[in-house]
Amino acid sequence: MSALSLVPNADRVAADAAALRAPLAIRGLTVSYGQQPAVFSVDMTLRAGAMTAIVGPNGAGKSTLMKAALGIVTPLSGRITAFGAPVELQRHRIAYVPQRASVDWDFPARVIDVVLMGMYRDLGLLGRVRAHHRDFARDCLDRVGMTDFADRQIGQLSGGQQQRVFLARALAQNADLYMLDEPFAGVDAATEKAIIAVLKGLRDEGRTVLVVHHDLATVAEYFDDVLLIATRKVAEGPVTQVFTADNLQATYGGRLATQQIDRLPGAGA
Amino acid sequence: MLWEALTLQLGYNATLVTVGAALLGFAAGVTGTFLFLRKRALVSDAISHATLPGVGLAFLAMVALGGDGRNLAGLLIGSALSAWVGLLAVSFLTRRTRLAEDAAIGAVLSVFFGFGIVLLTVIQSLGAGRQAGLEDFLLGSTAGMLRADALLIAGGGALVLAVVLALRRPLTLVTFDPDYAVARGLPVARLDLLMMGLVMAVTVIGLKVVGLILIVALLIIPPVAARFWSDRSDHVVLLSGAIGAVSAWVGAALSATAPNLPTGPMIVLTAFAIFALSLLAAPGRGVLAAALRQNRFRRRVHMRQGLLALAHGQPIYEGLTLRLLQHAGLVRPDGVPTEAGQARAARALRDEARWAELRAGPGNEAAAALHDGVRDIETVLTQDQIAEIDRRIGGPRGVPG
Amino acid sequence: MGADFVTLSLTPILIGALAAVACALPGNFLVLRRQALIGDAISHVVLPGIVVAFLITGAVATLPMILGAACAALVAVALIEAVRRLGRIEPGAAMGVVFTAMFAGGVLLLEQSDTSSVHLDVEHALYGNLESLIWLDASGWGSLTDPVALAGLPPELGRIALTLVAVALFTGIFWRPLALSTFDEGFARSLGIRTGALGLALVVVSALAAVAAFDAVGSIIVIAMFICPPAAARLMTDRLGAQVGWSVVFAILSAILGYVLAGYGPGWFGLGASVSAAGMIATVSGVILALAAVFGPRRRGAIVAT
Ligand SMILES: Nc1ncnc2c1ncn2[C@@H]1O[C@H](COP(=O)(O)OP(=O)(O)OP(=O)(O)O)[C@@H](O)[C@H]1O
Ligand SMILES: [Mg+2]
Repeated sequence: MSALSLVPNADRVAADAAALRAPLAIRGLTVSYGQQPAVFSVDMTLRAGAMTAIVGPNGAGKSTLMKAALGIVTPLSGRITAFGAPVELQRHRIAYVPQRASVDWDFPARVIDVVLMGMYRDLGLLGRVRAHHRDFARDCLDRVGMTDFADRQIGQLSGGQQQRVFLARALAQNADLYMLDEPFAGVDAATEKAIIAVLKGLRDEGRTVLVVHHDLATVAEYFDDVLLIATRKVAEGPVTQVFTADNLQATYGGRLATQQIDRLPGAGA
Repeated sequence: MLWEALTLQLGYNATLVTVGAALLGFAAGVTGTFLFLRKRALVSDAISHATLPGVGLAFLAMVALGGDGRNLAGLLIGSALSAWVGLLAVSFLTRRTRLAEDAAIGAVLSVFFGFGIVLLTVIQSLGAGRQAGLEDFLLGSTAGMLRADALLIAGGGALVLAVVLALRRPLTLVTFDPDYAVARGLPVARLDLLMMGLVMAVTVIGLKVVGLILIVALLIIPPVAARFWSDRSDHVVLLSGAIGAVSAWVGAALSATAPNLPTGPMIVLTAFAIFALSLLAAPGRGVLAAALRQNRFRRRVHMRQGLLALAHGQPIYEGLTLRLLQHAGLVRPDGVPTEAGQARAARALRDEARWAELRAGPGNEAAAALHDGVRDIETVLTQDQIAEIDRRIGGPRGVPG
Repeated sequence: MGADFVTLSLTPILIGALAAVACALPGNFLVLRRQALIGDAISHVVLPGIVVAFLITGAVATLPMILGAACAALVAVALIEAVRRLGRIEPGAAMGVVFTAMFAGGVLLLEQSDTSSVHLDVEHALYGNLESLIWLDASGWGSLTDPVALAGLPPELGRIALTLVAVALFTGIFWRPLALSTFDEGFARSLGIRTGALGLALVVVSALAAVAAFDAVGSIIVIAMFICPPAAARLMTDRLGAQVGWSVVFAILSAILGYVLAGYGPGWFGLGASVSAAGMIATVSGVILALAAVFGPRRRGAIVAT
């Protein structure tokens, strides 16, 4: 019964104030499609300058959580702040890489055009694309190893190449907080390593990175923190503390065979 | 007068037309359901507009052969042929080019219609008066219809309906579960073709009564309206047929009561009225029911979240949550939980713990899947099962009462 | 190509071409967004719009009718959205329900009111009267610099030119967010682009183009102008700018060729009168699309990797 506090709500709000200045702070978020909550009453606070993974089974609400944080879907309830202010005021500091299936790959645009989309906030409605914009876009493509494909139609790329282009577009946003939804889905090992190197580079520059991740085996290797969700939050914190067999069992339920958890690095105890 | 019309006492022709329209409406409603459930409702729009050049060409051909250009059977055969060509064009554009189906439909319907208009003006220029009647195909007209035409419509409507009803089961199967249909050895491709054939037949027979611009309404509105009342496919199919038949019957009867009530629009507006009623008032999927449910759901979510926040000593940011808690006497105005609030919060916490235990255990996926955040575990599990869970999580802790 | 041409053919061709381009510009985005049939829905509800305007004002005046048509288009779009969202019905079926019902209402109102005395009939609404938009005050090419003759230009010309300017401005200014939200809506929203409002604005601009063009080419054939040139252009290139360029070329080509064929074509077959110019324009745009579908260098889509 120790948790039940008899403190006025205002005092509880005040005590929470410092945490709300995090790159991303979510309080009491519920998102529901119809009568079925996809995310229920989730609280999370992102640690600045860390790489955090969101982990959970299919349909756990990972994408939904990210979309709600970006204001792409409207929540039923909840409060979301980025860097201490409402997300709408901080969009220029946030970059986003959607799950790959969500775009029209037949759209008439070249790779370089897609990367330039990342500079929308700089260019505005009518700003001309100047040489330095192009140079920066090429630089971003270079960082993901896609320079040679700059003039290809985007539909004529492999899945892994498309993912790299998305990452380049996010780099072009030059943000402080990067949110990536399953950047490693359908990507070969070499590309995965390349992407993770870019992300770690961002983290080392002091930026914050949030990634929806499916491969339990690499969580400990790639990430600093982890958020486990299955519609509601199961656990949140440094990988070394919360990425445990018990928490994974609670996240995946009967779906995850026990021996599979035992094989995970860091799940020894 | 309306009563006489509804009870078929306005003469032989009007009766034939009304009965024919009702049969056609039933067939259209049933056929349209298959289209609607496959999300291809507007293919019928392409088909119906594509009939126009066929009407014009058939007229020209019949005149060239020295016959009467206005022979309804001949015109309908022509319209069916050109509708078929239109359908092929839609499927060519979607399959063989990168264009999506909506663009293909729009292109075909407008181009065929445009070409049809060109042909109508050609016919006009051949000699005044001779084309009289062809414009009726745009909006439909049953006034002054020949006995033979009325018979053709009634007979055609009955025939299409018979075919649709006979093939209801395989068509339903193909619509809802194509894979299973293949596994069962059904000729899926041929049934697909047959479905399009039925759509065409409905369109062609309806041309004279409803007109080519509005005939799609008979294929689209009844299934959409029926869908509000049931989730069972066989019910939707029959209900849609019934709505189509009633709309056509009432519409045709209304139109027979006065000279300036055109048949097609009357039928469509009747169907639309049934649709509007369904949209608003249907239990379950209707708008009013859904809004009430959504509101209730919203409150339950806020309530539950508020209780959990109290239990965890977390701040509450949502005004609605605080108001609901306060209104239920669970918190004081300053947000401190009352006695009752503490009890409810503890119980919510215990429910969460029980759910978590249920999820973590193996073999409980089915029950765990019911966990939507607002459902109490008591509604899903038996007392014995709950007791078993409580034994594992250490029993109720500090829950008063 | 003398004085006759200027008097009888120049203005209809100009109006046809301007209308075609005004529809093709937003049509490019509608086709890319899989909303091509919005053009279908809008053009069907133009008829009830003008009928209601006529019933309210009691006269066949242009401005109220354009306003009425524009209002009807807005009502239709709102209804479609409402039916789609509230009833959770797929967009195609929602459109089908709304536009057929509104069109039926329009026809019924038309039959109920005594409009036989005025020039307001269904056929006119359906296939326009491009041929009648002639420049009576013109006496030859010289009239193009004669202020008196210029004052006698059909008012439809000015209207459609103005509409085209508005449509072109909209497309130009919002090019970037339109492209972005069409390609990747989620990303666009994460940038703060109000994709819902933008989509609605696109539909409203399309409605504007449809209403202005409807005067010239009739309501059904407007659909051909929305869809055929952009669809054909889609099969020619993989660059958005180039696609829009191609669509403008195709639109102008359809208008000119269609008008010429309609006016002079029947003579080649020994028929006296001309045939419907609007119908012929739609037919030509369809032939262009068919050619692009068979020979277009980019007719096949990208193999979408999954
Ligand atoms: N647009 C939508 N309409 C209705 N339900 C949706 C929608 N998007 C997601 N859902 C449902 O919400 C739940 C959460 O979906 P979400 O996409 O967030 O899952 P996820 O964790 O990202 O899964 P995955 O690992 O498969 O990407 C699922 O049950 C899904 O069916
Ligand atoms: Mg996802």
